[in-house]
Amino acid sequence: MERQVPHFREELEALQGRLLEMGGLAEERVRAAVHGLVSRDGSLFDRILIGDEPINQLHVEIDNRCFRLLALHQPMATDLRAIVAAVKINTDLERVGDLAVNIAEAGKRYITHPPVKQLIDIPKMGDIAQAMLRDALDAFVKRDISLAQQVLNEDDRLDGLKTQVFRDLLTFMLKDQGTVEPALDLILVSRHLERIGDHATNIAEDVIFMVSALDVRHHGPAPVE
Amino acid sequence: MSTTTRPLPSLRNVTSSRQTPAELDTGCKIEAEKLNFFYGENRALQDISVKIKPNVVTAFIGPSGCGKSTFLRTLNRMNDIIPATRVEGRVLIDGTDIYRSGMDVVELRRRVGMVFQKSNPFPKSIFENVAYGLRINAMAGSKSELAGRVEESLKRAALWDEVKDRLHESALAMSGGQQQRLCIARALAVRPDILLMDEPASALDPIATQRIEELVYDLKTNYTIVIVTHNMQQAARVSDYTAFFWLGRLVEYDRTDKIFTAPAQKLTEDYVTGRFG
Repeated sequence: MERQVPHFREELEALQGRLLEMGGLAEERVRAAVHGLVSRDGSLFDRILIGDEPINQLHVEIDNRCFRLLALHQPMATDLRAIVAAVKINTDLERVGDLAVNIAEAGKRYITHPPVKQLIDIPKMGDIAQAMLRDALDAFVKRDISLAQQVLNEDDRLDGLKTQVFRDLLTFMLKDQGTVEPALDLILVSRHLERIGDHATNIAEDVIFMVSALDVRHHGPAPVE
Repeated sequence: MSTTTRPLPSLRNVTSSRQTPAELDTGCKIEAEKLNFFYGENRALQDISVKIKPNVVTAFIGPSGCGKSTFLRTLNRMNDIIPATRVEGRVLIDGTDIYRSGMDVVELRRRVGMVFQKSNPFPKSIFENVAYGLRINAMAGSKSELAGRVEESLKRAALWDEVKDRLHESALAMSGGQQQRLCIARALAVRPDILLMDEPASALDPIATQRIEELVYDLKTNYTIVIVTHNMQQAARVSDYTAFFWLGRLVEYDRTDKIFTAPAQKLTEDYVTGRFG
């Protein structure tokens, strides 16, 4: 009494593949935006500002795939949780794409001014945010709760760096009013990177829910009620 | 399409931590204690222990041959009529063992009504189908009382409005869905407190199925309902608690939302997600 793996599983795998593709695009855009800032390369920003369409298309396509799977297959248990997680991860990744655009906009303004300082913490924040995104998506694919938990732990580091960037730049602004405008853009960038970390955290929380049915949001864990 | 196959899971994977949901520890209507059932030498049920709560709907799910219908039929001793069968263990209804010697089986089946997969109205009028149980149990003192009880049962089965002007026409002229609701009305007429339903909607179209499901939902206020179904979406829609059976054993029993969103057992998970069965 063995049975073939139904086409539902193939569609779930295809859904996962599209989410990873979207994750890859979002991560690449964050990387390019931070690199543009460090290298003061305006062409990178332009590429980001006009290149949002593939992510937007995937956003709609993934949502449609999820709707179709829910409507046609009425999935249960782990499959149900996987699709609900996919809907939420999809939204998070789309927001990451938008935040990359926001960074590019701030970067474009920033490079019209002389550099306020050598950028150290912001590239560090970029690396952490990208790693968090990558690990969250790896955890999704591998259904790896401990990797997802690591992502949650990383978020504190990102929050700490954001506070540090703010303090640093405040000192510059107080010393020299001419730095206010570019420094504010850097503060915005750090804020966007911190938000990207928050989205990676959301994804990690969704992975934990998908795998274990534990809801760890808002300082859980609590069993599903 | 992929041709990958998966081996069927084994009962060895079932952890021994299965427990009755804590909220069922009090006020149970039906309780099975280490119930075993044999068709000849074949043990069809193995050590089933379960507590079923009053005034809720409990669904039994599992693949064909898992024992869910056999277990359902032990609850009003319908299996007694199958030759060469044997029961071990106890089934308590309101604390009384229904397999004790001297048990009045006719009275038991009045209290524990049953509705089958295939509607089976008698070849009589709609009215007589519902009145039949009342007559043989001498449960109506007068014609008007009989008519009143028939009307009440048909109303409870959500059928009255459709048949009130043709009560004396043959029940066999009704649609499949109406016939099934007539069988429910017939079961309700003798005022049971438990209703067992064995795949009550599996032969019906989606609209008739929905009416049966709505009826089940409404009836639980007054009855304890146990429903066997192959249709997991149906179990998810109508029941409060779900029991998953596999190879004659009760693998998992919990709140329905838990079973279908986050079951505790891998075997349950594999079954409800369609990985086997």
